Amino acid sequence: MTEELIIAGFGGQGVLSMGKILAYSGIMQDQEVSWMPSYGPEMRGGTANVTVIISDDRISSPVLTEFDTAIILNQQSMDKFEESVKPGGVLLYDPNGISKHPTRKDITIHSIEGASLAAEMGNTKIFNMIILGAYLEVKPLVKLENVILGLKKSLPERYHKLIPLNEEAIHKGMDNVKNL
Amino acid sequence: MDIKDIIKPENLVYKKTELMTDNVLSYCPGCGHGTAHRIAMEVIEEMGLTEDTIGVAPVGCSVLAYDFMNIDMQQASHGRAPAVATGIIRTWPDKIVFTYQGDGDLAAIGTAETIHACNRGENIVIIFVNNGIYGMTGGQMAPTTLPNMKSSTSPFGRDVETMGAPLKMTELVALLPGTNFVTRHAVHSPGHVRKAKKALRKAFQNVKDKKGTQLIEIVSNCNSGWKMTPVDSNEWMVENMFPFYPLGDIKVDGKIVKELH
Amino acid sequence: MAELKLMKGNEAFGEALIREGVDGYFGYPITPQSEVIEYLMTELTHERTGMVTLQAESEIAAINMVYGAAASGKKSATSSSSPGISLKQEGISYLAGAELPCLMLNVVRGGPGLGTIQPSQADYFQATKGGGHGDYHMYVLAPASVQEMADFVEDGFDIAYKYKTPVMLLSDGVIGQMMEKVMIKEQKPRLTDQEIHEKHGDWATIGRIGGRERNIITSLYLKSDQMEEHNQKLQAKYKKMEEDDCRWEEIQTEDADYIIVAYGSSARISQKTIQLAREKGIKLGVLRPITLFPFPKKPISELANRVKGFLAVEMSAGQLVEDVRLTVNGKVKVEHFGRNGGIIPSPVEVLEAIEKLIKE
Repeated sequence: MTEELIIAGFGGQGVLSMGKILAYSGIMQDQEVSWMPSYGPEMRGGTANVTVIISDDRISSPVLTEFDTAIILNQQSMDKFEESVKPGGVLLYDPNGISKHPTRKDITIHSIEGASLAAEMGNTKIFNMIILGAYLEVKPLVKLENVILGLKKSLPERYHKLIPLNEEAIHKGMDNVKNL
Repeated sequence: MDIKDIIKPENLVYKKTELMTDNVLSYCPGCGHGTAHRIAMEVIEEMGLTEDTIGVAPVGCSVLAYDFMNIDMQQASHGRAPAVATGIIRTWPDKIVFTYQGDGDLAAIGTAETIHACNRGENIVIIFVNNGIYGMTGGQMAPTTLPNMKSSTSPFGRDVETMGAPLKMTELVALLPGTNFVTRHAVHSPGHVRKAKKALRKAFQNVKDKKGTQLIEIVSNCNSGWKMTPVDSNEWMVENMFPFYPLGDIKVDGKIVKELH
Repeated sequence: MAELKLMKGNEAFGEALIREGVDGYFGYPITPQSEVIEYLMTELTHERTGMVTLQAESEIAAINMVYGAAASGKKSATSSSSPGISLKQEGISYLAGAELPCLMLNVVRGGPGLGTIQPSQADYFQATKGGGHGDYHMYVLAPASVQEMADFVEDGFDIAYKYKTPVMLLSDGVIGQMMEKVMIKEQKPRLTDQEIHEKHGDWATIGRIGGRERNIITSLYLKSDQMEEHNQKLQAKYKKMEEDDCRWEEIQTEDADYIIVAYGSSARISQKTIQLAREKGIKLGVLRPITLFPFPKKPISELANRVKGFLAVEMSAGQLVEDVRLTVNGKVKVEHFGRNGGIIPSPVEVLEAIEKLIKE
C-alpha cells in the first residue's frame, strides 16, 4: 500500500500539523512515511501545503505532482491541485470559502463542513482534526488508535489533556463527511 | 678578569624568557612588536600559565607571532582572531586564551568579531597593537591612521571628509557590558614597558578569575611605514599619536574610569 | 538508547550532533536550515552533554569559531545555507590548509545572490571543486534522506579525523525541511579533556601540557618549497580518499540500458522515475553518488562500458553533469536534465528527459 496525499490550504489552518499527525500514525503502524511541506515566507494567512506519503515500501520521491488524495481547504489550492488528483483518486474539501467547486468526473469527491463544525464545537483550533476525521472515514488506511498514538507523539506533553477534544473532533469529521 | 668570571648565575641580571623562541624576529629594527611579544610571554611564564595558554596570531606584521612565542598557538584569518579565540574558550573554559592583533586586523576587517566577542564578554585577553598603519603590506592607511597622516593609500594625508576619521576602537569597546578591563599603553621607554607589563599581568589574572574580556591597546610605532628613523618615529608617536590615543586605563573592573568623548 | 523519531532533516542533523558527542556548534540563522540551531538551543545541549551551542554574529565568525575549537582538539560543527556558505569560504580554505577536522552542513537554496529560499543543488561546484582559494577539497557527503542527515554526522566526523580535513554534508531544502522516520543512534560520550590530550595532543593547541614542545596551527608557509610540499601532502590525502572512501549506491543498474546519475533529493525523485520508466518497459537505473568528492568514477566508467546513455539529473543548470561527462569520457552519450531557481523536478519530467535521450 502506498498513499500519496497532499493537504493544501491557508497557513494557520493546521495543514502542516495534520500532515505530521498522519505521518506519525503511519510510523505507529510500522510504515514508511515522508512529510514534505511547501515552505516559504508565508507564515500566516498565505498558502501552505504538505505532501504526505505513507507506504509499506521505501519511499522514493518525497515530492510529487500527482496524488492519490488531495485535501483542499481554500480556493487557491482548489485551483492548483484539483487537476493533480490521479484518475480514480479522491478529493476531499471544505466548501467554506470555495466559489468554484470541483468538476472532475473521474475522481471521487467528498466534502466536509470543517469550518462550520469547528465553530459549532466552539473551538476553531480543532478544524484540522475534523478534516482528519473526514479523511480517515473516506480512506481508512491508518487506524484511529494509531492516530491517537500519533497525536500523543506530535503534541508536547502539556497539551495531552486536549487529546479527548481532538478525538471528539475526529469523530465529528468521520460522521459528517459527504460523498458528492 | 676573564669573561668566564663574569658569566655566572649569581651575576645574572636579565634573562630572556623561555617563552620567546630563539628565532630571529621578522620585525623591522626599532619596531615595538618585539617588546610587546616579550612582555606578554614574560607575564605568562611568571604566572605559571605556559601549560594552560593558547594564543591566536592575526594577519598582519604579527602573523608570524607563533614563530616567536613559545606556546601553543593558532594562526587566524584576517580579523577573525576574536572568533577563533571564542571557539577555543567556549570549548575549553578553563584555559587561558589571548589574541594578538594589529589595528587593521582588529579595527577594520575584524570590527564585527572584535565588537561581538567583547559584547559577549568572552573570557579572553585581546592585545591590540596600534601603529596607525598597515605595516606588512607596505604602509597603507589603517582605520587608526591619524587625520592628515600620509600613507601609501593616503599619499596626500588622510582626508577625514572622504576617508573617515580614525576609529578609537578601544574607547568603543569600553562601552560594551562584556569588557572588564580596557586600557591603553606604550612600550617605547622602560617606564612605559613596566606599566604595560603590569597591565598585561592584571589582564591575565582577570581571565584566570573569569572576569570577561580584557583589551590592552599598545600604541606603537612603525618606523618603516612612517618612513622615519626608530628614534624619530618614537618622538613622532609621543607628539602625534598620544594626544589622539591617550594612554591610561579606560575601564577597570567593569567600570569606566575615564571621561569618554 | 537508540530511538525512532519523526523529524525534519535539519532537526535530525542537530540531534545527531548531540549524540555524536560534539563539543561545539557555532551557527547563524538562514533559511532553510535555521531549524538546526533552533533545535540545538531548545535541546539545551550544554545541559544534556556539555556541548556548546553558540549563535555567532555572522557565518564568518561561526566558521572561525569552528576553526578555534577544532584546532584545540574539540569536535566542532556548523551549518548554513548557500549565501552563508559563500561567506564561510575563506574559513573553509583555512581549515583545509591547516588540516583541521570539522563538520559543515549546507542546506542548499537557489542562487545566485540572495536567490530564493527554495531547494536547489547549485552549490555542487562550490562544494566539490573547492569554493575558497587554493588547491584543496573537502570530503563531501550528499544525504538523500532524513536518516542520512543523521547517519552522515558520525560518518563525516570519522572521515574528518581520519584525514584531518573539513567534511561537508551537501544537502538541500527538500532534505532539510522534510520529515521522515529516523533511527537516532545511542548517545556517545564526549571526549574528556584527558582523552583529547591523549588522542590529539600531538597536534592540537591545548597548552604545552607537561612542558612539551609547542603546537602550532597554521596554513602559512612562506617558503615556496615548503608550501609546495604541504600542497603535495594535501593532494596525497585526496587521492587516498578516492581510493579508500568513495561511496555510492546503485539502484536497479544490473539490467539497465540507461542510467540516471543523481544525488540527494534528485536521486529520490529519480527513483520514482525508475518505477514509471519500467512500467513503460524502459530499463532504467540510478547511480547515486553518496560522496560527491571523491566522485565515484569507478562505477560510472564501468557502467559506461555496458549502458546506452547517462542522464545527470540535478537542481542546477548543469554542474554534476560535468563530472559525469569527464568520467564517461565520450564512451556513450551523457545528457543533463535540471531545474533551477528553487523548482524541484518531477519524476514525470525526468521520465520525459529519459525518453528524449533514448530517441536522440
